Amino acid sequence: MRNRCVVLMLVSALAVALSGCGRGPDSGEQHRPVTVKGSDTMVILAQSWAENYMKEHPGLTIQVTGGGSGVGIAALINGGTDICNASRPMKPAEKNQVRSRHGKDVKEIPVALDGLAIYVSESNPIQSLTEPQIKSIYTGKITNWRELGGKDARLVAYGRENSSGTYQFFKEHVLNNEDFAREVQTLPGTGAIVNAVSKDPASIGYGGIAYASGIRVVPVRKDEKSEAVSPSLATVKTGQYPLSRNLFFYTIGEPSGEVKSFIDWVLDREGQKLCEAVGYYPIIQK
Amino acid sequence: MPSNWSDRTELKGKAMQALTALACLIIIAIVAIIIGNIVTYGAGKLSWEFLSEPPRDHFTKGGIFPAIFGTAALVILMTIAVIPLGVATAIYMHEYAPKRSRLVHFVRLAIQNLAGVPAIVFGLFGVGFFIEFVGRGIDRGLYGGSLVYGQPAIIWSALTMALLTLPTVVVATEEALRAIPANYREVAYSLGATRWQMIWRVVLPQSAGGILTGGILAVSRGSGEVAPVMFTGAAYSLPELPVRLHNQFMELGYHVYVMSTQAFDVEATKPALYSTVLVLLMLTFLLNFTGIMIRARIRKRLRDGR
Amino acid sequence: MPLPKLQRIGILSDRFAAFIIKGSAFVAILSLILIFVFIGKEALPVLTSPEVRSEASLSRLFLPQVHHAGEAAEFSWQPISDVPKYSLFPLFIGTLKVTLIAALIAIPLAVAAALYTSEFAPSWARETIKPCIEVLAGIPSVVVGFFCLMVIASWLQGAFGWTYRLNALTAGIGLSLAVIPIVYTVSEDAFSSVPQAFREGSIAMGASSWQTASRVVLPAAMPGVLAACILGFGRAIGETMIVLMASGNAAVLSWSPVDSIRTFSATVAAELGELVQGSPHYHVLFFIGAFLFLLTFVINLIGRWWVGRLQKKLQGAF
Repeated sequence: MRNRCVVLMLVSALAVALSGCGRGPDSGEQHRPVTVKGSDTMVILAQSWAENYMKEHPGLTIQVTGGGSGVGIAALINGGTDICNASRPMKPAEKNQVRSRHGKDVKEIPVALDGLAIYVSESNPIQSLTEPQIKSIYTGKITNWRELGGKDARLVAYGRENSSGTYQFFKEHVLNNEDFAREVQTLPGTGAIVNAVSKDPASIGYGGIAYASGIRVVPVRKDEKSEAVSPSLATVKTGQYPLSRNLFFYTIGEPSGEVKSFIDWVLDREGQKLCEAVGYYPIIQK
Repeated sequence: MPSNWSDRTELKGKAMQALTALACLIIIAIVAIIIGNIVTYGAGKLSWEFLSEPPRDHFTKGGIFPAIFGTAALVILMTIAVIPLGVATAIYMHEYAPKRSRLVHFVRLAIQNLAGVPAIVFGLFGVGFFIEFVGRGIDRGLYGGSLVYGQPAIIWSALTMALLTLPTVVVATEEALRAIPANYREVAYSLGATRWQMIWRVVLPQSAGGILTGGILAVSRGSGEVAPVMFTGAAYSLPELPVRLHNQFMELGYHVYVMSTQAFDVEATKPALYSTVLVLLMLTFLLNFTGIMIRARIRKRLRDGR
Repeated sequence: MPLPKLQRIGILSDRFAAFIIKGSAFVAILSLILIFVFIGKEALPVLTSPEVRSEASLSRLFLPQVHHAGEAAEFSWQPISDVPKYSLFPLFIGTLKVTLIAALIAIPLAVAAALYTSEFAPSWARETIKPCIEVLAGIPSVVVGFFCLMVIASWLQGAFGWTYRLNALTAGIGLSLAVIPIVYTVSEDAFSSVPQAFREGSIAMGASSWQTASRVVLPAAMPGVLAACILGFGRAIGETMIVLMASGNAAVLSWSPVDSIRTFSATVAAELGELVQGSPHYHVLFFIGAFLFLLTFVINLIGRWWVGRLQKKLQGAF
């Protein structure tokens, strides 16, 4: 009796599993989802785009995963995704790897604008920071808020994992390719950085402007003599904000079929309007 | 009359005893705090809607049904893979293999070792072997190079978890097999049974309790481990349920990890996060409890002389 | 004369069943061996391939490197950089720190609790703590990590005002929660296996409860208790989720318990997603995986050997 129960359970479980396999393709057409992978900065934007696009085009699925621009680029090179989200441009070496593995060049498509924001806790009174100061903080040369005119408190710097495009962008543009200090706390996502900074009065962090809630965004000055600029649509579009950057889609070769329709929609009015709703800035204004 | 010296040692003895009791108390308190904290903050959002609806609005509204479904699907697939393989391996090692076989000794060593290997190493294997090697091969052979199996998929996660839990099942089954007295087998043979008949009708029924315990242990571990599925198939936000073997899936444990570390607004999703943790905890405990109940019932039946 | 039909079916089904069983066992065994082989194979280029060695040779992994002309040699883990740096030393220190902290917390607690349960506890207490331990053992590590990240980290920082909210101590506390059940269960088994005659003999000679427990039972159960410690240690080394969520993941080289750390398993978990197949980074992560494999293997081996020796010694004494 017990035997038969066990066998029955196993058989029914097997049936459930196999029914998934055996089911014919929906509406007689084998459609596989469009995969979008990569930047954690862009993941909320890509999710918004995907949700809205799927509402208008039922039957099509778009799958969005984050993990960092590095994950998306690796997936593109390995052939594991249709569209790669990247918050930094691909390096020539990476583009070469795509060419050598797939025989086609990457197509680089800027889809939105971002002002990389510097976060501090809401109770932090610092007026502004120059780029050299930010660099000194993250390379470990400034370790106390006192050196910036604030209280005597040990500075805690939060940053992203090395798979992040934001990490790379920050390294290149702010640190001039110097290494991050070892003491920089690495967190796996911008959300985690914002969360940590909001809880820690002596902390500083960086990330996409869309994530900025619950913390203060510090205006940035290019150097001692420049004006302090806060990120906004106007300052980022003209490049006046020193840490403005493009957010990219990358595909292997020219996009076609469903992928192309999606990208066209993203670059069109509806898609671009969503940028602002999420918290970034549209790249194309009509 | 106890002397001063005796008093002091007696006091010291009592104090040390109290210390060990304190250790117990600390552990109990810790468990109570953790469970209490999770239940307090998680029960708020728990409702039928939460369990049956998909998430909306970046996980601040709606429910976590896809994650529950995904976890269940993963566990079912894993069980289908691991129970037959594990039981067959144990039966082979115990009933078929020659008594002093070097292969068996080597396999036991391998199993003991694998039980201690960190879960993330299985994840490494899953990515490097299943996805990149086997999956890519299947794609080239059956799908002409287009991307179907050469990417994270529920089948790869299930197989990775099956490898992770294989040692548990093998060990539990072997223990159950060993507990059967030798004369049971001899009696079967003397009645003219073939080896397989003896196994099927005598050994397996007697060891069913142990096998089930092993299975439940495996399943409970499978529902909670995150590291092996992180890169082999779990995803954070999927519009569809996994209905094909090559689909990705949402999973409760992975969801907790991503929501706690990478969510858009960690404060706003905190209630949903706590409730997800509560659901995961309840699921794990339900499985554990079921396993213990079954084990107790089997033991009782054996004792009462079935 | 041919055998009757029923008997032929019996023999055929026996052979068929044997075939299926041997086949399945073969597949399972092959898979187990495959894990060793595959990870080793992908780790090998660190030793053999010239392309990989130019970035990540053994000396770069283990010895200090001079990264900037004129500066002192240092250990640094920065795989994504203009000059990728792959020193394993900060990861090793991080793993060591958090494992030691977890062991220092978990082992005394668990062994003391096991001693209490087996020697002094009234039966109602025993019936309470055993299920408690099973509950603790059943909590998935991601939930423990979540609790550490959300509750323990804030509570500790509020109480002690440390600079870093996520550090080795926070992760160590969480890790100890995962280690306690194993150490408790195996120690308690060891204590219960001590023959009752030992205790009776000790009491007959006038020893108190505590003296019996500490001078007779504990030494007699020492092999089992040590096995428990070693198992706990092994578990702590390999644990991934708790450290990934609660340790800060910074490859800091320091001995302070309140600095952040980056462990081997957390590194693999954090960087596995961005691997380009065949790149030096890919092979280094597999090297770490193989290293973890070897480490747990050696620990288990030493444990079993040591415990075996102790057992022989104790048996000889009695």
